[in-house]
Amino acid sequence: MIQIDIQKKLHGSQGKMDLIVNQSVNRGEFVVLMGESGAGKTTLLRVLAGLEEAKGSIFVGNTEWQNNHKRVSPQQRNIGFVFQDYALFDNMSVEENLFFVNNDKALLNELLVMTELVALRRRNVQGLSGGQKQRVALCRAIMQKPKLLLMDEPFSALDSKMRKRLRTQLKDFHQRFDMTTVMVSHDASEMYALADRVWRMEQGKIIQEGTAHEVLSSQDEKAHYVEVLKLHNAKATVCIAGELLEVEVNNKISVGEEIKVVLQPCLYSNNK
Amino acid sequence: MDFVPFWISFKLAALTTFILFLFALPLAWWLSQTASRTKPFVEALTALPIVLPPSVLGFYLLMALSSHSFLGKFIEDIFGVKLIFSFEGLVVASCFYSLPFMVQPLQSGLEGLNKHMLEASYLAGKSKFQTLFQIALPNIKPSLITALIVTFAHTVGEFGVVLMVGGSIPGETKVASVAIYEMVETMEYGQAHIYAAVMVALSFFVLLAVYIFNHKQKMKMGML
Repeated sequence: MIQIDIQKKLHGSQGKMDLIVNQSVNRGEFVVLMGESGAGKTTLLRVLAGLEEAKGSIFVGNTEWQNNHKRVSPQQRNIGFVFQDYALFDNMSVEENLFFVNNDKALLNELLVMTELVALRRRNVQGLSGGQKQRVALCRAIMQKPKLLLMDEPFSALDSKMRKRLRTQLKDFHQRFDMTTVMVSHDASEMYALADRVWRMEQGKIIQEGTAHEVLSSQDEKAHYVEVLKLHNAKATVCIAGELLEVEVNNKISVGEEIKVVLQPCLYSNNK
Repeated sequence: MDFVPFWISFKLAALTTFILFLFALPLAWWLSQTASRTKPFVEALTALPIVLPPSVLGFYLLMALSSHSFLGKFIEDIFGVKLIFSFEGLVVASCFYSLPFMVQPLQSGLEGLNKHMLEASYLAGKSKFQTLFQIALPNIKPSLITALIVTFAHTVGEFGVVLMVGGSIPGETKVASVAIYEMVETMEYGQAHIYAAVMVALSFFVLLAVYIFNHKQKMKMGML
């Protein structure tokens, strides 16, 4: 069991805020951390990994990883970390990247087979595609046989087919190696497929937790303030996230004016 | 033709490059990783030899290393080495003179590295020392080669500091650049031409080799 009770001042994109997290994660649990960018998700992962300082304490089982006076170094925490930008060692081949972490040949072979990287094992990682690099990064993190696996939007740069495939592999790894996992993700299907629990973070605090269904279905309606592009028969054309939408409006509105459009969560899932 | 001045120049450059690498690498690493407020001061101090006239640097080194100074006397008493008008003194002076040419390329290479790559190495249980040699340096090869070669070439091209600290003792401190200066003074233009042409050719090919190497490395890394 991991007990997190930390505080840290952040200067994020939304100005100054306090990261205050007081949560626990059960052994072997899979937690998905969601929230808008700048909410402090990456910082929380980095504090857990010992890559950034914060006040407060972190306990893993009976071992204290940090308190206000001392911190266990990242080297001694035995954490698998998948960075959003992969962070592979560019001077090495696929298998050298994995061997750098751990010399376990049997595990390496097994991971390469599971992730279909066997043919690429001697290739330099710089020549790989995004999806291949992502799989190497995942294998490298698991080579460590970590107590705790931390992943920062590991599949964000991939197409949906590859996401789906890696999601399945990740689930296998998680079950087989009994890794406690915290993953940052915005993808609802990833949350449903993987998460035992979802934490929703806002302004440095976990404001909601529960199953994927509980958290996602209770999401607030999302308001957008957008400009009216065209008016026709009391319907205004607006642009939200690159998509043109038609919304019903009253007649007092004119082209160029800013209006508030509220999207319900079910509209997102229907892709309309 | 007397090749001894060239030999001394290259011996001096090779030793300076080797010693400077050992000292400059930890300094460049620290500069690249630190958020300390002292960083700009250290950077400014390191860059001083680029802007100072060699005569100023030479003057202070002469004062610092002479047997009348504390440092010069200390080294003479302990190691029995006189640093003024000796080859050993030239090496010490060259290390100061060429310091920025070693530190700056290394520092900018290390600063340009993906920070997450170094962190991934720490998380894999590797120390900073292992990370520097197994991850950082292999990934900044162009900067590394630039630092080594430019330091070497710059030391070969030294003149003012060498003349002030080492004088012109044949077979000991008379390097190629000083030899050319003396030939011109005594109007041995023929000899001076040959020496100068050798220096131009050598310097050009050294720099050409660096640029070709770096071009190839960048192509390999997909940066071009």
